[in-house]
Amino acid sequence: MELTAILFYLFSLVTIGSASVMVFSKNVVHSAFALMFTLIGVAALYALLYADFLAATQLLVYVGGILILILFGLMLTGQGHTVSFKSVTVNMVPATVLSIAAGVLLIYAFVTTGWNVIEPIERDETVYEMGMMLMGSYILPFIVIGVLLLIAIIGAILMSTRISTENTN
Amino acid sequence: MESSFIQWLAEPALTHFLIVSAILFALGLMAVISKRNIIMVLMGVELILNSANINFVAFSRFTELSMEGQMIGMFIIIIAAAEAAVALAIVLNVFNRFKSINLDDLNILKG
Repeated sequence: MELTAILFYLFSLVTIGSASVMVFSKNVVHSAFALMFTLIGVAALYALLYADFLAATQLLVYVGGILILILFGLMLTGQGHTVSFKSVTVNMVPATVLSIAAGVLLIYAFVTTGWNVIEPIERDETVYEMGMMLMGSYILPFIVIGVLLLIAIIGAILMSTRISTENTN
Repeated sequence: MESSFIQWLAEPALTHFLIVSAILFALGLMAVISKRNIIMVLMGVELILNSANINFVAFSRFTELSMEGQMIGMFIIIIAAAEAAVALAIVLNVFNRFKSINLDDLNILKG
């Protein structure tokens, strides 16, 4: 067995195992930390797919940003010290049936489709190529997404500061 | 047949990554449907976005969608960041109004 195969199975085991811990854990804080390990595993899978810049972006944005945001949301919505962070689970049987059906259908479609696979190109780095594309043919989406981020951050600040003014009234 | 299956297992190709992403998608769907905590539902949505992203990057590695797949994956990550910020601001507002983040308690739409 090659090294890449061993690494692939190791990281997909980390990803799927911690994702199932996230889904089936009763404690929401445990779920958030399991989500962190899932995101790190996904970043390692990106690195195995020769997407080094995307792996670094995943680590910075997801693990460093979104996860901290989720933990902040968790702590700010804690209902006093008496109620611990429990998550109520309902609809267990329909959810299990539906998600297993979706997973089996997807895996069946992925395995039976004849993908038009080419010989993989060995890449050293993708940063230069991505930068040239971002400043070339992808310049319009790049600018639009900058404006989107600005609007989203201003909207989030407006919505979350309205809480404190309503409390003082 | 047995040996070809073992050989298929020993060489991770496009299908292996697609299967991992399908399992992640199923787990995220399960979290979205069965949980009643808003933040758990948001984390399930993040899982689904990540599984879609693995698909794009795997296609960019193994098919002719060479760098475009990684570019789309990067845009997905940025949009997910914006979505998480806005969604958590909404969650804070909901908690302020209803004093609960259980989805079954949110039964009034008119503010």
